Amino acid sequence: MTSANPSHRANVSLQERARRIRRYALRMGQVQGQGYVGQALGFADVLAVLYFHALAFDPRDPDWEGRDRLYLSIGHYAIALYAALIEAGVLPESELETYGADGSRLPMSGITSHTPGMEITGGSLGHGLGIAVGAALGLKRKASGSFIYNLLSDGELGEGSTWEAAMSGAHHGLDNLIAVVDFNNQQADGPSTNILCAEPLTEKWEAFGWYAQRVDGNDIDALTEAFNKARACDAARPRVIICDTLMGRGVPFLEAREKTHFIRIEPEEWELALAALDDGRPQ
Amino acid sequence: MTGSDRPAAGPGGAKLRTSAMIASLEAEGRPTVSAPFGHALCRVAARRQEVVGMTADLGKYTDLHVFAEAFPDRFYQMGMAEQLLFSAASGMAREGFTVFATTYAVFASRRAYDFICMAIAEDNLDVKIIGGLPGLTSGYGPSHQATEDLAIFRGMPNLTIVDPCDAVEMAQATAAIADHKGPVYMRLLRGRVPDVLGPYDYKFELGKARLLRDGRDVLFVSTGIMTMRALDAAARLAGERIDCAVLHVPTIKPLDIETILEAAGRSGRMVVVAENHTVVGGLGEAVARALLSSGVAPTFRHIGLPDAFLDPGALPTLHDRYGLSVDKVCGAVKAWLG
Repeated sequence: MTSANPSHRANVSLQERARRIRRYALRMGQVQGQGYVGQALGFADVLAVLYFHALAFDPRDPDWEGRDRLYLSIGHYAIALYAALIEAGVLPESELETYGADGSRLPMSGITSHTPGMEITGGSLGHGLGIAVGAALGLKRKASGSFIYNLLSDGELGEGSTWEAAMSGAHHGLDNLIAVVDFNNQQADGPSTNILCAEPLTEKWEAFGWYAQRVDGNDIDALTEAFNKARACDAARPRVIICDTLMGRGVPFLEAREKTHFIRIEPEEWELALAALDDGRPQ
Repeated sequence: MTGSDRPAAGPGGAKLRTSAMIASLEAEGRPTVSAPFGHALCRVAARRQEVVGMTADLGKYTDLHVFAEAFPDRFYQMGMAEQLLFSAASGMAREGFTVFATTYAVFASRRAYDFICMAIAEDNLDVKIIGGLPGLTSGYGPSHQATEDLAIFRGMPNLTIVDPCDAVEMAQATAAIADHKGPVYMRLLRGRVPDVLGPYDYKFELGKARLLRDGRDVLFVSTGIMTMRALDAAARLAGERIDCAVLHVPTIKPLDIETILEAAGRSGRMVVVAENHTVVGGLGEAVARALLSSGVAPTFRHIGLPDAFLDPGALPTLHDRYGLSVDKVCGAVKAWLG
């Protein structure tokens, strides 16, 4: 297993990484008073496993040719990725204070040219997997051993272009492509399964020719095993990990909130949320 | 227009057939060259290892099959999926390759716009979008007639737009856009393509307009195949003592405003913009804006397609019906000159 974890804080557990990612995301949300904080909290465990278990990368050189590429198709999850990039040492912690500010490197939706470590401009959903297919083909042309990870969401599966790309990834036998679906069952107008139901999802990806796994996206051990299996699978097929996550995970009063797609949190609640995270700190 | 108005036969009484997707502009009394884009791309690929070709099930119909046969390991068939085609081209370009991605102009401009805009242009990636059947070069009706492709793409930042005139220019422009770093949309002339510029010692330069002939009375400012029509019209009008200049503008964006203003500003000439595109949002409006912004105010006229979904039919019929034929160009100029 390739792992190029930054040397600082090397002995920190993945659970603690995830908690710190959640904390950074909350602090950025606090700067703006709002944001896709629910997604960041829900997806933090996946990001912790990605950056501190699965991905090969060099925090001092985000464009290192030998890196695994991570495409954030879901550009509105930028706050979550920035938090992971801060924890990974790609971005300085001090910069989180600039989140969403004019001239900041951390705009509210991910833009490649603004942020080190942001590989694509996502946000217009349904782009990431197609770009990942082309990049995976490009890596093969170069005989590179790097993987392409594409982070997408359940709501994004409504975009037909995602399925064009899924069909293509299998057609071309892209065993260097790993899609990661955050299935939190929340999109702008309500629960994804009520809006355009993608289920049965594992079977769908399998029918498209992918090696598919579905895991509890808030279970670190299950995630590490899933990523290990995705990388180690010896079939000439692309791989997908569907991660069932809980919006607002780690902050009980946010987990319980009915509308969590775009959270507005009252000023006094931010400190309560941060305190709740600290209460749940792994021992 | 009713059916009875439609000509049933072309010049010499030959039956005119709908020129479907294989749009050919031969029978112009000029020599033709076969698949100039495909052969030019092979020459580019021979000197540049990072050049790859991609298509969405239209390799044979965009002359990319020539490249695919010569460089099979550098050719990617992406299937009938234009959003994927341009997304994948973006990914390939991110890994350092120069991608020539071909489909029909309608599918690139209408269907895949967001993918070209966000995945390619926003990051200024090295993808060349090659659009077949541009403007009115197919008789297949609105599903295949890209009458508004220039209008759509002119709004996209970072994108260079090229509309070649003939086989000579297709070949030269292919090499030139390969050497230009960044995204380009180029209108494709495929199949047997006339050689128009051969006699002019022509050299395509990206971003440059070129005066092909001078004249006192009228200045044609033309692009794409309408430069061929403007040259033919100028030759015919010369016999009627109407002296026409032809300024060929193959790069629509960035526009060579300096050359256009210089030519248009010369005393007294009527400026006639001619383009194979709707009169909305193409070269005509770009030139008009340039003239107005600089205070140059010649008599301005515009030959282009109507703001309408066009009929299917045979190309010569349609070009005559919609004002792009040499007859119609000459008639319009004479009417405007009074």
